[in-house]
Amino acid sequence: MTTTTTPAPVTPTTKSDERKSREARRRFTGSSITTVTWLLAFIFFSPVIWLVMTAFKPESLAASNPPVFFFVPTFEQFGAVLAGGAGGYFLNSLIATGVSTVLVILLAVPAAYAVSIRPVKKTQDVLFFFISTKMLPVVAVIMPIYVIAGQLKVLDNIGTLIILYTAMNLPIAVWMMRSFFQEIPAEVLEAASMDGAGLIKTLRTILMPMVTPGLAATALICVIFAWNEFFFALNLTAANAATVPVFLVSQMTSEGLFLAKLSAASVLASLPVVIAGWVAQKQLVRGLSMGAVK
Amino acid sequence: MKFPPFRAPTAHPDRAGSRTGLRTTKLLAVAAAAALALGGCAPAGGDQETIVVAIVANPQMRDAVSLQDDFKSKHPGVDVKFVTLPENEARAKITASVATGGGEFDVVMISNYETEMWAANGWIDNLQPLADATEGYDTGDFIPTIKDALSYEGDMYSVPFYGESSFLVYREDLFKEAGITMPKNPTWDEIGEIARELNDPAKDFAGICLRGLAGWGEVMAPLDTVINTYGGQWFDTDWNAKLNTPEVKAAVTDYVDLLHDAGQPGAATSGYGDCITRYSQGKAAMWYDATAMVSSIEDPASSLVAGKSQYAPAPVKETEAAGWLYSWSLAIPSTSEHKDAAWDFVSWMTNKDYIKLVGNQIGWERVPPGSRQSTYEIPEYAAVAKAYAKPTLDAMYSAKQSTSMVNPVPYPGLQFVGIPEFQDLGTRVSQQISAAIAGQKSVDEALKQAQQYAEPIAKSYQEGGK
Repeated sequence: MTTTTTPAPVTPTTKSDERKSREARRRFTGSSITTVTWLLAFIFFSPVIWLVMTAFKPESLAASNPPVFFFVPTFEQFGAVLAGGAGGYFLNSLIATGVSTVLVILLAVPAAYAVSIRPVKKTQDVLFFFISTKMLPVVAVIMPIYVIAGQLKVLDNIGTLIILYTAMNLPIAVWMMRSFFQEIPAEVLEAASMDGAGLIKTLRTILMPMVTPGLAATALICVIFAWNEFFFALNLTAANAATVPVFLVSQMTSEGLFLAKLSAASVLASLPVVIAGWVAQKQLVRGLSMGAVK
Repeated sequence: MKFPPFRAPTAHPDRAGSRTGLRTTKLLAVAAAAALALGGCAPAGGDQETIVVAIVANPQMRDAVSLQDDFKSKHPGVDVKFVTLPENEARAKITASVATGGGEFDVVMISNYETEMWAANGWIDNLQPLADATEGYDTGDFIPTIKDALSYEGDMYSVPFYGESSFLVYREDLFKEAGITMPKNPTWDEIGEIARELNDPAKDFAGICLRGLAGWGEVMAPLDTVINTYGGQWFDTDWNAKLNTPEVKAAVTDYVDLLHDAGQPGAATSGYGDCITRYSQGKAAMWYDATAMVSSIEDPASSLVAGKSQYAPAPVKETEAAGWLYSWSLAIPSTSEHKDAAWDFVSWMTNKDYIKLVGNQIGWERVPPGSRQSTYEIPEYAAVAKAYAKPTLDAMYSAKQSTSMVNPVPYPGLQFVGIPEFQDLGTRVSQQISAAIAGQKSVDEALKQAQQYAEPIAKSYQEGGK
């Protein structure tokens, strides 16, 4: 048995060929990454698609197994949700979210200033104190809060929710605003003070315009957290101050079908946040990346 | 990156910003004041009295909300606000409010599990004097077992909106086809035999559907009635925990074996809701559960088997009956400041006229069942409920400890133990049972653990002499 070893044909590689194949490889990698990205995006987004689809189904199709993908869309569920007195809940949510966010920003900006640009004594301790208030689980404090609110006769009161939401979001806002303030070069502030700008003037005319994207991002986070807050709202409100998340659970029942109606209510409930996010989009992208450089 | 402390050489920042500072402070104060003022936006109506009613979000309760105009036309001075929540959230919220005297509610929906305990604690008002003074209200018309279950020291502390017991539904058409007759008073042995015969896993068809989902209101409800009829109990009259007795073991073993041999697939995570779906889709031959099931499985809009079923009493072993007893009822917390208006509402929602109102305005099949005997004498309702009216009524009449338990027990309740600790104990025990149904542990192991859970509670009652 003889074996002939033929030398592997040497392909003449010119520089241009190499470049072509590298480009092709790059193109392939590029398009496969794009595919994976689309796939991942779809996977992450599919619950939302499902939610919106279910909201337009009649109740009997929403619960069917196997699921139905093609159907005649109906607005019946949205009508039922709106007729079920959703307005009051939305108004309560708007008030609780809006007022608490304004309060948070008004309090967080000076506080962040005091722990970044002109650090007070023991800044690190102060910062740790702020964040430590987020370490206790909410469920551990609900009973004392409930009893205190009961004694003060402020159960089922929007003011109570506003105070709690402000307290809940303040630490996050201080930390976020601090990191945005820190991005501002010291020279800018030096220049401002050289020109004779005082504290408030510096804050208003120099600092605020520079951190607007950060402020938008912070405010949006506060809006989202306050809008979606469920636990305090469920436990501390009843007929007068109940917010949208409480309205959502009231759509559920242990007897009978409710999926389509719940989905329609959820779509309506998430619309304001989606709109707020869309409006703030441009600022947001800058704001979020601003903090990310470090 | 850490920002270096910057000390601006401004000499008097305070003076420079004093005016703006003042404005900011003012703004803050206004915002805070607005927030608190908005909170107090309670209706400022002159002599209009507002009551807040907390109810469970089940279909019949929603019907009551939709009929509130009738109440308002009869009581123009009373405005009603509803808080509607699903069962678990409602129970947690109402319990927290009533137990701590939160006072948000003037009317609360509770069950026969809470009524006696809360009455003893003084958390809810005695409704007997109010009911007796209300013309035509007729508490004697309530189904006796329900009336007893909602009474404390002979007086009613809550009044029933609807009541239920448990029974066995079966597919009459399939039984005929297979040449099987349902015994008049079936035993668990007979049911086991029939279920195993009709079971057909290849066609995804179960011989019987039984709850297996963890939760004191899920698997424990039907299983406790099985334990009762097998002669088992949670505690004896001296408050000894009795969860590892041969009777309890036999009951749980038979229940778990029946589910393994002829039950629905995935039984360990299957509860009332899943069994509704399964049975209404024609995927089970029998189902033992709440009498309230009829509103789902006899409704042609949601059920493929409407009109194909018959009903048999809860299966037994050592006792003459075995069904449970449950009622959603209305009570007035002692903290309410509008008790007369609250009673006006409670009596509107639980009197005979309300039943007729639902029947005429919404439909006779939607009438809240199991509260009043007179409901079953209404011809329109009798026609709609022909298949299940009598079985429901029979089940409710016989749902009491004397007919459904072998040994006396120191606690009220059939499918639950009427002590505050039971919500937690029942749930932990149910998790053990669910694990046994899933095949993760043996029945012996599950019950050994359950007994260990129950012992400290038993001891606290022995020592406390409660």
